[in-house]
Amino acid sequence: MIVMNELSKSFGLQLVLDRLNLEIPSGQITAIIGPSGEGKSVLLKHMIGLLRPDSGSVCVDGEEITTMGRGELNRVREKFGMLFQNAALFDSLTVFENVAFPLQEKTRLSDLEIAVRVGEALSHVGLTGVEAKYPDELSGGMKKRVGLARALLMDPRIILFDEPTTGLDPVISRAIHQMIRETHEKFGYTAVVVSHEIPQIFDISDSVAVLYRGKIIETGTPEEIQGSSDPVVRQFIDGSLEGPIQLV
Amino acid sequence: MINPVQKLGASTLHLLAAMGRMLNFILYAIYTCVRRPGHPRHILKQLNFIGARSSFVILLTAAFTGMVLGLQGYYTLAKFGSEGLLGTAVALSLIRELGPVLSALMVTGRAGSAITAEIGIMRITEQIDALETMALEPFKYLVSPKLVASVLALPLLCAIFDVVGIWGGYLIGVKLLGVNPGAYFGEMEKSVEWKDVYSGMIKSLSFGVIIAWVCCYKGYYAEHGAEGVSQATTSAVVLSSVLILIWDYFITSVLL
Repeated sequence: MIVMNELSKSFGLQLVLDRLNLEIPSGQITAIIGPSGEGKSVLLKHMIGLLRPDSGSVCVDGEEITTMGRGELNRVREKFGMLFQNAALFDSLTVFENVAFPLQEKTRLSDLEIAVRVGEALSHVGLTGVEAKYPDELSGGMKKRVGLARALLMDPRIILFDEPTTGLDPVISRAIHQMIRETHEKFGYTAVVVSHEIPQIFDISDSVAVLYRGKIIETGTPEEIQGSSDPVVRQFIDGSLEGPIQLV
Repeated sequence: MINPVQKLGASTLHLLAAMGRMLNFILYAIYTCVRRPGHPRHILKQLNFIGARSSFVILLTAAFTGMVLGLQGYYTLAKFGSEGLLGTAVALSLIRELGPVLSALMVTGRAGSAITAEIGIMRITEQIDALETMALEPFKYLVSPKLVASVLALPLLCAIFDVVGIWGGYLIGVKLLGVNPGAYFGEMEKSVEWKDVYSGMIKSLSFGVIIAWVCCYKGYYAEHGAEGVSQATTSAVVLSSVLILIWDYFITSVLL
């Protein structure tokens, strides 16, 4: 379980997270939705210690990570996998080398064992025959799938997805969502998905949190959120131009 | 409204913070080199990039530097009837000063800028964050191998620079202007001491630290997209070059 308590973060004069409170339950898919530029990715990066808050706490399985040193933080990060918005593949390495990288660096597996594990991870995300390609030779959807394969490889207990379908067509987006659901059911990890994909994100998530102006303004099941009467949530789900959310 | 005093204070604090961050960066980089040096293949790759692939530009610069020293030195010494000391003048200028400084400036321009751009692009495309989320130490992959390779490569490149420069001076002084070849090398042998050679090597080694430090640091903290990387690269080359020249003065005053 990840628990964020009174979390605040500013960049310069801009307050991005404002005494935010949120609990991410174990073994579920939690979606974080909200207008663009509201700090969803910033929130995600706090969960894995890539950013340190100005105040407040982040507890992962009961361990406070905001005050940890590098060594301790790396121990906690062993529990995590992360799929970045643009997949963040190492552009000088092939697909095989990208996926194999954490195994090569963190285990003593033989080359053959690594090759088998990489092949399995790629087949979980429906990719074969691309091992020798470089990231710039892949489509956006394929990059995301390679990123997911890399994230799955070390059997993490928690996977963070930062806008996994941004920039993809509706068919690929649905396929990625489906893949998240299927791999979640297969491996049982805790998933946190930051997304704008309304209403598709409701199909795969067990719970939803809405981030607005640095705070979680509503949490609930997808059905509860879809039936919400909160004007911000309503406007965001309906995609209406009228309402409290201002265009910037 | 921010008054000028507040502005000055804010700039000073910003500068101090940046200096502190730079100091932390190099201390942590050295710590990582000692505790978790990169894989030998990463170090070899960087040695090839920083060292071997800089050798052509070093050869070219060294040859012409030596030749111009030969030319200038000859006509200056001829005024005092001391053309025989040309070898000494060329060798001491190169070994003590021009070899270490010019080779370092060439490596900064060729490899330093590429280091900043490479790490900067990895930063803005979240590849460094990806390393961190895998519980891997980015310094081990991105900084330590470059620091080790730079410290090893610079003295070697400087040695090549010195030798080629001396032969460039020989070509002009002896072959073109008619200085006695025995005097060229004989006087050089008499006046160049080991202290001159190792002080040049110590300079090169410290310039290697400066190049890797500044260029990795600027890339590591690059931000604001492609323009940010471009600014970081420019700033890395300028800052490295200026620091090399400033540090050269201080280290010369100590080593002399």
